[in-house]
Amino acid sequence: MIALGQHWEFVAASYGGTLAVVGVLIVWTVLSARQAKARVAVLEAARQTRRAQ
Amino acid sequence: MADTHAKTVEPGWFTRIAHPGMFMGWSRHVIVPLIVITTLAFAVGLFYAFYGSPADYQMGDTVRMMYVHVPSAWLSQFCYAIMFCSAIGTLVWRHPMADVSQKAAAPLGAAFTALALFTGSMWGRPTWGTFWEWDGRMTSTLVLLFIYLGLIALWRAFDDQLKAARIVAVITLVGAINIPVIKFSVDWWQTLHQPASVFRLDGPTVDSSILIPLLVMTLAFSLLFLTLHLVRMRTEITRRRIRSLEIAQARAAGDAA
Repeated sequence: MIALGQHWEFVAASYGGTLAVVGVLIVWTVLSARQAKARVAVLEAARQTRRAQ
Repeated sequence: MADTHAKTVEPGWFTRIAHPGMFMGWSRHVIVPLIVITTLAFAVGLFYAFYGSPADYQMGDTVRMMYVHVPSAWLSQFCYAIMFCSAIGTLVWRHPMADVSQKAAAPLGAAFTALALFTGSMWGRPTWGTFWEWDGRMTSTLVLLFIYLGLIALWRAFDDQLKAARIVAVITLVGAINIPVIKFSVDWWQTLHQPASVFRLDGPTVDSSILIPLLVMTLAFSLLFLTLHLVRMRTEITRRRIRSLEIAQARAAGDAA
């Protein structure tokens, strides 16, 4: 098991940096997917309306 | 007598995988299982990284940095390999999914390369006494990061994504020369970075107590990459659909005016 020994700050920085980068990638990917899905839904609905007219 | 009846031709497996519409259909069912497997792999990997593996007899607990550094470094090159294959798909077959794959992968590759450089410098300070050294491995990895950033900028420089895809594909193929340079830099030049110790013809030189968490974490990172890449590909296809719908909307507005 890990002990907070010498150089622990470098271990913490490595895992902290990894968590931050992976977190940003996940949030960015999810948000952009949601935005695209919402936008395409609006445009599809507008197209249906145009066709119905 | 010749059969004159029109037959419905079933699409082959490659078409089913690669056609944008069909890709959106099957990939929807893969994402949740991938998320579950990725989460489990990280749970097991992190358990091994912090509790299930011993400190190294020389480096102590700093060895635990390897469990995030090596997977990041692996992904920085694996992602480029995917982009390389996609670039061939774009140039040889002009396949739209190859363009989508290239574009979706580039930011992930840049992020994991930056992470490999960061965790490498965190490793370097306590073990080598320096955060950075202009040696073969580190410099060629930095060049890889610049290649990724250049490719991302190139995608954004063009409105016509089909034209951008061909130019990006050519640059991706040219940039691939850096991958063997990264791999063999530790053999060709004097470097601070250790030579290969996992992927070797004569087998890994790492003890199994450290190799197991390393491999589990590499699997977890690879699954994370595949999940993110798949979702980003779906988003890119949706964005292309948005673009064509916006053009149709603008045309309809123009006709009505």
